[in-house]
Formats: sequence, C-alpha cells, structure tokens
Amino acid sequence: MHCTGPHIQMDTSRLIRKGDCEWWILPFGKMRVPGVIYASEPLIREMDLKVYEQVVNVATLPGIEKASYAMPDAHWGYGFTIGGVAAFDPARGGVISAGGVGFDISCGVRTLYTGLTLDDIQPVKDRLADALFHTVPAGLGSRGKLHLNLKEMNEMLAGGARWAVERGYGLRDDLERIEERGRMEGATPEQVSDQAKKRQQDEMGTLGSGNHYLEVQRVVTLFDASSAEAFGIREGDILVSIHCGSRGLGHQIGTEFLKKMAVTAGRHGIDLPDRELACAPIESDVGRDYLGAMRAAINCALANRQIITHLVRQAFAEVLPRVRLPLLYDVSHNTCKVEEHAIDGERKRLYVHRKGATRAFGPGHPDLPPSLRETGQPVLIGGTMGTASYILVGARESMALSYGSACHGAGRSMSRHQAMKQWRGREVIKELAGRGILIRSVSDRGVAEEAPGAYKDVGAVVDAADRAKLARKVARLEPVICVKG
Amino acid sequence: MTTPRWEHFPHGADIGVRGVGRSKAEAFEQAALALTAVITDPEAVMPKEAVEISCEVQDDELGLVDWLNAIVYVMATRRMLFGRFKVALDGGRLQATAWGEPLDPARHQPAVEVKGATYTELRVGRGRSDDQTEVWTAQCVVDV
Repeated sequence: MHCTGPHIQMDTSRLIRKGDCEWWILPFGKMRVPGVIYASEPLIREMDLKVYEQVVNVATLPGIEKASYAMPDAHWGYGFTIGGVAAFDPARGGVISAGGVGFDISCGVRTLYTGLTLDDIQPVKDRLADALFHTVPAGLGSRGKLHLNLKEMNEMLAGGARWAVERGYGLRDDLERIEERGRMEGATPEQVSDQAKKRQQDEMGTLGSGNHYLEVQRVVTLFDASSAEAFGIREGDILVSIHCGSRGLGHQIGTEFLKKMAVTAGRHGIDLPDRELACAPIESDVGRDYLGAMRAAINCALANRQIITHLVRQAFAEVLPRVRLPLLYDVSHNTCKVEEHAIDGERKRLYVHRKGATRAFGPGHPDLPPSLRETGQPVLIGGTMGTASYILVGARESMALSYGSACHGAGRSMSRHQAMKQWRGREVIKELAGRGILIRSVSDRGVAEEAPGAYKDVGAVVDAADRAKLARKVARLEPVICVKG
Repeated sequence: MTTPRWEHFPHGADIGVRGVGRSKAEAFEQAALALTAVITDPEAVMPKEAVEISCEVQDDELGLVDWLNAIVYVMATRRMLFGRFKVALDGGRLQATAWGEPLDPARHQPAVEVKGATYTELRVGRGRSDDQTEVWTAQCVVDV
C-alpha cells in the first residue's frame, strides 16, 4: 500500500487580500463572479490548492450571484470545496448541484441542555457513557430500533422532525429550535428511489460512523456574556451534542443524482469544468427532481436526529432520572435552501448551497424562533473528541458577507491512512481517559482515524470566522464522554 | 509481470481506492478489494456466501463508480462485507460475483461506512509495466 499525491498548498500570490480574514480571487477566464475565501493568513497558507481550483470552478456556473465563497475550514471536496457556499438565481439560468450539497445531505449538529454540572456527572460518568453507548445504535451495521414500512417512510420524508414528534419521539417544543421548524417544505418522497428507501429501512435513529458522534460536553469558557445568556448557557453547564446526517438514504440520493446530473449536464448546455461539479438548471426536470429528493433527505436527517434525541433522553433517564434535556438548536451543514437575500439593493430568491458550511443567520432574521431572533442563530461547530467544540452566533454582517453562512468544523490535517499508522485506537482511548474523557466506540481503528491529532485546530477556524464577522464566538465546550461509531 | 494489487491514496477527509491488474476486469476486482479495505481487512472476510452483482458500463470511468456503488448498496442493504470478487466485462455490461459474509462488528471492527464512490480522481486507464506487459489501473475517491 502506498500513497500518492502530495498536498499542494495555496499560492497566496494569486489572491488579493481585502481584509484581515478576507481574500479575493478576481474573476478571470470563465468565472462569472469573484471567489472569496474567509480565513486568517496562517489558515489560508495551509489550505490546499484544490480549494482555489474549486472556488474558481464554482464561480463559472450559470446564474451564480455575488461570489463563490469558502469558509475558514475550507478543504478539498467533491466539485464544491468543503466549506463552500454559493447561491444561484433561477431567473438567470441558475443551477442546483448535487455535488454542492454532498453525500451526507443535511449532516448537522444538534445540542441539548441538561441542567447539570460536571459534579453531577462525575459519580455516574461510566454508567452514563455505557447507557448512551447501548441505547444509541452507532457504527457500521448497527440497526435502528424503528423500522418503517413504505407508507411510514414517505410520511417521514415529508414530515421530518415534526413527523418524529407526532410519533412520540421528543417534544413539540423541540421543533421551533430546529431549522425549518423541523420540517423542510417541498419534499417529494416520490422522487426518492426505492433503493434509497431500502437503504434507510434499518437506519432510522442510528448515528453512523466516521466523524459522526454523540458527545457529552462541558462549557468551559464564555466569550459573549449576553449571547450566552440569550442561549441559556453558563460556564460549567453540561450539554449534549449529536453530529450525524441523513444516513443511507441521503448517501443514495447523492450518488444517484450526481450521476444523473453528470450525464445530463451537456444536454442543458452546462460546461462542467469538473465532472464532480455535476449540476442541472433549477428550472429543469432533473433540477426539480433533485430539489424534492434533497428536501426529503433533509427531513430524514432531521427525523434521525430527533429520534436519537429521544434515545439520549432515555439513556439519561436510566442513570439520572429527573434530568430534562431541552433542545438548544439543530443546524445542518450540507444543504441547498431557497432564501431571500439582497443583491445590489434588490431582494432576490436564491438557491443557497452550503457544503460543509453552517447557516449563520444574524440578529433579527425572521426565520429564527422568537426566543432567539434578537440574538441571532446558534452556530454549533463540532471539534474533535479530544479538543473542543464551539458555539457561535450568526453575525449581522454575515448576511451580506456570506449569505449568512459560517464554518462547520476543523477539517482533517492528515489522511485516515496516516492517522491509522500514527495512532492505535486503544492508546488514544487510554490517553483521553487519563484526561477525564470517556470514549465508547465499536471500532479501535475508527478511533485511530478520528484521533484528535488528525484534525486541524478548530479554535483557529472559529477565531477566523469571528474576525471575518461571519459568526461570533459565544462558548467553548470540552468533551467529557464521546460515543462514536 | 503485473501482480494484481490494490492501494489506497490520500484525499483530505476521505480516501482514494485504486485497483491494478492485467486487465480492466482485474483492476475493477482489485478496486473492489480496496473498497473493502477502507472498512476492514479483506483477508478477515470469509467467502461464505456468493452474491451476483451487475451493472451497465457504457463508459469505463462512470462504470467503475457504478460498480463500487453497487457493492456499497449490497453491503448496506444485506449488511455484508466482501473479500473476493470476480468481474467479467462484456460489451457494455459488468457481471460479477462477490464472496463474503454477514458483517460481524466485533470481529471485523469496521472503521467507517462508505457513503458512496465519487468522481474525484476518477481514472480508468491502461499502461505498460516495466516488462512491457499491459497494466490497467482503476481508481476514484470514496466518501466516508
């Protein structure tokens, strides 16, 4: 086994620095708009050159508005860079791209309150870790406890988290703390193939594997007292975060539509600079079919996280019977959403792709629930099992800077293969246990691949997002228990 | 003389799979082993059950992606892993037999789940090895 392909770093001489954390690629060749990368100087110097190429490629797509954006955690993706944001106007022949959403449609993070502190958790930490591990199915081959027939599957795909609550998974109060109030409108379950539904049959309420996780976390630092208060978080609070997406159904939809779009692009007169950038005009059959199927997958991810929330509450109840776990917020970071944004003073309805980027609506946005509207959207940023996660708040400026978008995580600094050679899962688990962090995982190799050292510094990413005024830092969280597949 | 083999190559968050063989079909077999190796050691998968897999291969490269995605689908829906493949390519059609067994998390220790094969770094091509025999390579990145 040997590896090829050195990491070629970004050439900053090709960029124009417009701000402390803002770098532009002025349009050249077939680019219709500039590229804009938000990152600190050290972060941009570390970025791979593919980010530049992909930002440029996206900028050539029909109907793109304003700019092709990349977030501070940008890295090489499929067609779109991971950490890529771009919006298209259907009235100008704009496109929708399966590559611009990704294989894990609506992968995201949700965070729950517990009302507990570390002192409450310490005496029962092992029992709690075990309860979470045996209650929430995780890892390849794990089976969900809920098996849906075709009718129920279609209802779930149309109803999302709202459907799950109606089935007894979670609370009605949860819904307003989820993007789209827990249900993505305009889903068309009939556009979701039988194969995608079959692939999902055993996977409802499962965590998945790879970089998916369920984490019990402690708030260790607050950066913004008033936003923290509005979000109801205090230093020392124990929170629970769930990171996963639309499971097999989402992956199958991504696979199928990537092919359909790649094969039909020529027919629509789209010159694809990269096959992976497969897209279709929004106003085309393929485009409409994908939109409906992708929205169904969003509902699948929202339902999935809702079911897992219910399971987490059950696990806590086993160990700490009187604890309540209300929902702080649920964000998605692989989506295409139809939103209104101002372009040169005119309000336009655009198809906003966020690929490995989190929505970060600023204060006053009408889509936010009344309880959070004045403050701005919580932006939940996952870290690694050994370092930290962050909660940010959407900044007012982000609407104009990035369609109200921010980063989503740290990104890897080394490949899975290298990580596996460098670390042994058992040793990583032991080392983290020594620091008070309990890991529960089905696979030692999986743990090695996800070792904290294999990831970039999420703190640097979050600092850059803050300095770029995309989202402001509110709190830093550190892991206490981590369940991974 | 080319020895059929599989390899992984690095790609940021995910992983590249590559099959090398004396023929296109053999390269596709090896790429499938590389796919299994993302999850677990192919040698640890017992060839207890045979599953027939087929797909269209009008285009070599799209065909490789479809082949790997067909395996991903069977693995997901039948909860199996495969350690041995035999591929026949005839005209525009791929007909294969995959041998494997039900996934046993304790024994196989699956590292990750493959979400799908992508068009990134997608290449199927023919070259010549040092001793001038034909060598085929089939590769792409898979999303995990």
